[in-house]
Amino acid sequence: MTTEQVPKTAPILELQGVNKSFGVVHVLHDVDFQVYPGEVTALVGDNGAGKSTLVKAIAGIYPIDSGTYLFEGKPVDVHGPNDVAALGVEVVYQDLALCDNLDIVSNMFLGREVKRRGVLDESRMETMAREALASLSVRTVKSVRQAVSSLSGGQRQTVAIAKCVLWNSKVVLLDEPTAALGVAQTRQVIDLVRRLADQGLGVVLISHNMVDVFEVADRICALYLGRVAAEVKASEVSHSQVVELITAGRSGSLGLAPAEAAQSM
Amino acid sequence: MTTVKPEVADSGFAADTQSDESLRDAARSYLQRVRGGDMGSLPAVLGLIVLFIVFGLANERFMSALNLANLVTQAGSICVLAMGLVFVLLLGDIDLSAGVAGGVSACAMALTITNMGWPWWAAMLAGVVCGALIGLSIGLLRSKLGIPSFVVTLAFFLGLQGVTLKLIGEGGSVRVDDPVIRGITIDNLPVTVGWICALLVVVAFAGMELYRHRSKVSAGLHHAPLGVVIFRIVGVAAVTLGVTYLLSINRSVNPNVEIRGVPYVLPIVVVLLIALTFVLTRSSYGRHIYAVGGNAEAARRAGINVDRVRMSVFVVCSALAALSGIIAASYGGKVSASSGAGNVLLYAVGAAVIGGTSLFGGKGRALDAVIGGVVVATIANGLGLLNQSSYINFLVTGGVLLLAASVDAISRRRRSAAGLS
Repeated sequence: MTTEQVPKTAPILELQGVNKSFGVVHVLHDVDFQVYPGEVTALVGDNGAGKSTLVKAIAGIYPIDSGTYLFEGKPVDVHGPNDVAALGVEVVYQDLALCDNLDIVSNMFLGREVKRRGVLDESRMETMAREALASLSVRTVKSVRQAVSSLSGGQRQTVAIAKCVLWNSKVVLLDEPTAALGVAQTRQVIDLVRRLADQGLGVVLISHNMVDVFEVADRICALYLGRVAAEVKASEVSHSQVVELITAGRSGSLGLAPAEAAQSM
Repeated sequence: MTTVKPEVADSGFAADTQSDESLRDAARSYLQRVRGGDMGSLPAVLGLIVLFIVFGLANERFMSALNLANLVTQAGSICVLAMGLVFVLLLGDIDLSAGVAGGVSACAMALTITNMGWPWWAAMLAGVVCGALIGLSIGLLRSKLGIPSFVVTLAFFLGLQGVTLKLIGEGGSVRVDDPVIRGITIDNLPVTVGWICALLVVVAFAGMELYRHRSKVSAGLHHAPLGVVIFRIVGVAAVTLGVTYLLSINRSVNPNVEIRGVPYVLPIVVVLLIALTFVLTRSSYGRHIYAVGGNAEAARRAGINVDRVRMSVFVVCSALAALSGIIAASYGGKVSASSGAGNVLLYAVGAAVIGGTSLFGGKGRALDAVIGGVVVATIANGLGLLNQSSYINFLVTGGVLLLAASVDAISRRRRSAAGLS
């Protein structure tokens, strides 16, 4: 590739040939995974396919055994979650890491409080939090000074996601953000995921819910027993093809070769 | 009205930049919070008023200036110990050894003066360092080994009593004669100095509250209505000036001697209260304490060093316990083998909880400890005046602690039902 300009389609975060074992269990086999800016990449797979392991590898919680971790096209050394956070990669966990006894502003700035002359700068934090929520067109939160315990599940997800906007993250990984939500709240969160990508962030959505995936994802990456069965454009595959990829590792011409799929068993 | 950035105004967020419309709305939303179980120190304040009425009617000496000054000095060590415990309680932990840690530290202070001839300030520093070291060991065992704080501090509670015994010798006691240390509780500020300090506190508080209110309004941030701010200022002014007035009356029973002025222990407690409130509410360290108490896992993921926070609160608690032990030694004029043992700690835990600090972690203020400390001291003082046998004192204090813990548990249930924090 020439050095003139990085094409718009270059992945912002990329894993190449990543392997990860826990003892004798080989969980990730030569996984290639890309996240593109401005796109939602859905990571799907059955239980035990290695989704969580892959996310934790990206988040820096698990060190990878072999393979390359590229960020903005350059290989990076990842030794822990702090390295990843420093790159601008945020993970929103399923069991929401929020403190119930603190208000929204405090939660959004937790661990990264803005200070002025050594003292918490509440005014600035409040303004920034409000702007971050406003930029995502969040309308459901009554006050940014509300305690998080008074928020609904969807509003909590919203706060957790808005935190990523606040910190100018480049990549956001969302682990099953709609798993525990009702219909209307799922709608809110899915809209939010879309807006996040529209702001130019690379978004990874881990979900079991095919309706959500097809609604919001640009790309779908299906994992099957620790291998990437297929990485496809969401517009080019059907619902049932994805289900086949998840359950059998292949679907027609897509997916792993039969031998490989069988060998993985 | 405030100017709101257009994109913020569009977002449906504009409403939250405004305060509650009026004092009445603010009062209504406060009532709602109280009904929802978020009572803060309201039960303690009401309880204090009831106690004053009951004891005042039962014995006319209770309301005398002399007794009120006594009450202040008695409450001093309880308040300081309780403020330390608030830090530990905020994490949902407990420090059962804080009382005896204070005893050992006071002992270290007394012995460095009598046996080694250290000046009072060096001895006091030695006492506080001794407390901090005890806290550090507790904190390390709690956070690095993961032993439940109840067990660690129970072990220290027993062990440290042995240390005090060894330092003092069986059954004996060490006199505290140093005029400065004794003076903490038996000497008083000159009346004019007391008034100047009181006025400074009121003016500084009013200035800060009004400044903060104005800057919040002009920045379009969430703020309380002006009425509430003024109400708060009037409240602080009334308490500060009222107490100063009562303590400035001559309270001597001997007509030839005049005793008047604020005991030194009171400004010490006030300075600690202001400093600790500042740490808890305005520093990121304080914010992290609340975060760890609310959800330790969330705090860890946010990059907070949970172990370090947990360790530090035990250091803060035991260092303040040392100070409390020194104040108690100043009041008693001696350190004995039983200093800090017995019901000292439960008084302080009671004080914190009565004041509105939750035993479940994540909720509490330094002010709670002071209000609760005054309640506990009032019970002890009032019952003492009524010449009740000491068993009554134990029964009543135990009952009040139980009552406060029940209020805490019930209000916690109601809070979660009402969706408040």
